[in-house]
Amino acid sequence: MESKINKYSKQLIILNSIFIIFWLVISVFPFIWTFWGSFKVKADFFSRADWMYAVNGFHTFIETGSTSTLIAYIDSWTEGEFWRAAKNTIIITVSVVTISLFLGTLGAYALSRSTYKYTFWILIAALIFRAMPHITLVSGYLFPFFQLNIWGILPTTIIVLVAINQPFTLWLLYSFFKTVPKELDESALIDGCSYFQAFRYVIMPVMWPGVITAGLFSLMLAYNDFTVTSLLLNQQNYTMVPKINAYLGTVEYGGNYMWAVACVVSATAPLFMIIMFFQRQLISGLTTGAVKG
Amino acid sequence: MKNIFYALLFSLVSTGIFAAGPCNVSGGKINILANEFTTYRIFMDEVKKCAGSEADFNVTHSVDHNKLQVAALSANPAEFSAKLVTNGSITTLMNDGLIRPLDDLVGKYGGDLINDNQKITIDGKIYAVAFMANAQHLWYRESILNELGIAVPSTYEEVIEASKKIQASGKMANPYGAAFQAGWNLGQEFVNMYLGHGGEFFKAGSAELNINNDQGIATLNMLKRLTEVANPDFLTQDTNAVKEEWESGNLALMHIWNSGAASILDDEGDQMIKADTRLAPSPSVAGGSKPATTLWWDGFGIATNTSDEEAEASFRALLGAATSTEMANNNPNATIWLIKGYSPGDTAGPVVDAANRGATPYPSLPHMSLLHGALSTEIVEFLQGNESAQKALDDVEAAYIAKAEEQGFL
Amino acid sequence: MPHKTFFWFFFPSGLAMLLFIGLPIISSFFQSLHIENEQILMEVENCDVFGCKTEVRVDLDATKKIEEENPLGRFNGFGTYSDRNHLAFDEINDAWKVSSSYNEFFDIVLNLPFYKALLFTITFCFTVTPPVIVLGFIVALSINTISKSIKGPTIFGTILPMIVTPLIGSLVLFWMIDAKGILGATIQNIFEDPNLSLKSSSELTWITLIIYGIWHNTPFAFVVFYAALQTVPLDPLEAAIIDGASRYQRVRYIVIPHLYPVATFIMLICLMDNFRVFEPIIGFKAEGAAQSLSWLIYSDLRNESIMLFGSAGATSMLTIIGVGLLLTPVLIRTWKEFKTER
Repeated sequence: MESKINKYSKQLIILNSIFIIFWLVISVFPFIWTFWGSFKVKADFFSRADWMYAVNGFHTFIETGSTSTLIAYIDSWTEGEFWRAAKNTIIITVSVVTISLFLGTLGAYALSRSTYKYTFWILIAALIFRAMPHITLVSGYLFPFFQLNIWGILPTTIIVLVAINQPFTLWLLYSFFKTVPKELDESALIDGCSYFQAFRYVIMPVMWPGVITAGLFSLMLAYNDFTVTSLLLNQQNYTMVPKINAYLGTVEYGGNYMWAVACVVSATAPLFMIIMFFQRQLISGLTTGAVKG
Repeated sequence: MKNIFYALLFSLVSTGIFAAGPCNVSGGKINILANEFTTYRIFMDEVKKCAGSEADFNVTHSVDHNKLQVAALSANPAEFSAKLVTNGSITTLMNDGLIRPLDDLVGKYGGDLINDNQKITIDGKIYAVAFMANAQHLWYRESILNELGIAVPSTYEEVIEASKKIQASGKMANPYGAAFQAGWNLGQEFVNMYLGHGGEFFKAGSAELNINNDQGIATLNMLKRLTEVANPDFLTQDTNAVKEEWESGNLALMHIWNSGAASILDDEGDQMIKADTRLAPSPSVAGGSKPATTLWWDGFGIATNTSDEEAEASFRALLGAATSTEMANNNPNATIWLIKGYSPGDTAGPVVDAANRGATPYPSLPHMSLLHGALSTEIVEFLQGNESAQKALDDVEAAYIAKAEEQGFL
Repeated sequence: MPHKTFFWFFFPSGLAMLLFIGLPIISSFFQSLHIENEQILMEVENCDVFGCKTEVRVDLDATKKIEEENPLGRFNGFGTYSDRNHLAFDEINDAWKVSSSYNEFFDIVLNLPFYKALLFTITFCFTVTPPVIVLGFIVALSINTISKSIKGPTIFGTILPMIVTPLIGSLVLFWMIDAKGILGATIQNIFEDPNLSLKSSSELTWITLIIYGIWHNTPFAFVVFYAALQTVPLDPLEAAIIDGASRYQRVRYIVIPHLYPVATFIMLICLMDNFRVFEPIIGFKAEGAAQSLSWLIYSDLRNESIMLFGSAGATSMLTIIGVGLLLTPVLIRTWKEFKTER
């Protein structure tokens, strides 16, 4: 496999490295800034006088006796009950990703393998569904959900997030299944497999890059969603994002900005782990050997 | 109306002992919807204490409470048995009859625990019980005004004059701050200033708009002049941003919420600036006598679509907190409590002053929020210098009419 | 695939979409055709903390009676669509009559909320989408070539703009671009203008939003391209090398054609998402300078304590139609592909 394809000229490597470093700086810098600032007090990180305060921790030193402090983390996780939000987020994220992928792979496989006209129209309908602004959808849910007494609980939010995410998942996986040659499962069908068996034994082993990509986006949606979670959950069931937003306060009353900043950093750490874990699947080329066009 | 408020705050050094108060609710289901901020949290802790351990007690603090309230209380049974309301948000619930009259409950448990003016009475029936008050007013940096020999401004004309002096002295480029962020905040600034000019928003007894007049033009021009001495980013600055500017020493005068006092005067950040910060009454404008600000109260209402038992349990727990002198006096600067026996903190002065000088409460009209929404967006272009004041008012009127027709008010 | 098999494969996904998206769309459409019943007002004496006065209230009994006779509200046809806060036909007609030049006409039209929002939405959509696709592709190619050991952290770093909660991401960025913030101050130094502020002028705010849009959306294109790159078949590439094709030729004639379906997908999603641009406007507090269609809906539903369902429904329908028009060329191509495949 490591053939000439992966040999590069020196200029290309240098150019490439410069570009990647440049790109990384642009992408990562705001986050590093946030990370660094999360150990400062508000007067430093949100200073309107001089941004150097955020670097050297001028007020942090005056207030805490040290140039960096963990106080925002400790307070937000204990007093701010951020742990509860973290727990809810895990429940919602795991459920949404699992259910989304389960429904999405089945549906998208069917769409990619059916040759009837209606599949095209289903895909178009899915797009139209996706065009609907979430805020209108969610506001429309409120009355029926309160009436049915299913507002505020986690399962409702999970199903709503799955449904809202379906058009995207379907389209993404549809595009991916299109790149998997039909001959693969057709030969399995000729060998006497049912469609489900062909899906299970022939397609599933080669669909991982697509599924992991779709999973990554479902995860991001469930993890970062604000519109749905802020309006459909009650206090006990808040996930991290509405919780963080709550720390920002309201018009008349100031919030606790540093809690929000510390929680953003806390909320990003698990994502780092997940991506470090799955990048191996993304890279290991499960399909590069298997799929030959 | 003048001195009621003053009397309430200062003359009521507590007399009674609340031995057998409304507290100790034995069981029952209590579920409350409330806005999200620190003072409400303090209040809710007290409610929870009062509800006791047997009650099934839940509270949802949400910044989207206004969006949830109608749907939540329309369901039968309602999701929440009680809702914390303000004179801004109570109207939406009243429009649909979603909160119940409280006369019998007040009669049963209120007694002399609450003052008459805590009872929010609409058409002779009590619909809510208020427990705190708030308003926007002026703040200034004493040393800077002293150094330049400027008296504390008592009118907006003086605010502009003082700001220009500070600008000329080279001390600060943009000495004045207020929450001019496009959206609700900006709408609120217009409401304040228009009331300060003695304007009426609607024609008497109807939902027909009445701002397209000389007072409206004067209001817009005054706002424009104020934004000229404010940070050029004013359209992006909400209360929090103005506070940051203040704490960074970029402002010498600002007009923001009294409820910000606790966090502006706390022991975090630059202590030099904090020690130099003074509170002053809200200025009047255009020769008027009343300050150009609006008064706000916060209180609680009980859902119509909830069982009488739940309503009673919720009412008792909330009333227990709304009459807790202990809570009020333990947190004197958290807000201005309207609780008997509360001795106000040293930051309450400007709000009391505004009430005494006849400042108008924020109008609790059924269609007010439609106007506020129209103001929030349609006067922006005027402040950016892209259109005339007259055009801005025409736009507000047109936007309001379209909304009000859709909602059936016109 | 037979109909029956297809049905069972697709049923769960289809049901979820139908219930939670299809039905609400129909109900929003229905609501947008109606306006509320007339609210009967009456004057009553109201007392609050600060005193008593006579004010108007909704007459509950009278209003309820009307409500019972007519629970859906009054049918208004497409009245809400054509009113001043939406398509504003009357106002445009008037503008056409009174204006003496095209400039004046467009000034008046672009002062109307819907058209103002439409202008920004379309500008944003078409300035953000192409750079996102191109950059995403280049980054994916670049990262695909680096050594395995540093791929993981690099990928993570690259997709950070997408995974940090936009709510807070923009809050921090908003602070950084403040005139006193690290980026704002740097920009002032570069342009040697101490009064330069990205937040104070509409033009600069638009540019800021567009740059943020590109920054925030590129990781999406990158991830999809990157995953698709893993499925590029090796045989033709090897054959091409033997035939002496240059790297550029290999990318141009083998990799890009292979990524075509995925690129179509990215374009569809990007165009659609950028057309619904909303969060950056809130995050950067840019309501004053830039409004989008989705922001109009938000302001109908959230800015006020009365929710304007009819108005929001009408804007939502117009958004869907807008997305439909925008995607038509792509969809026609997909349709042709679909037909040839059959």
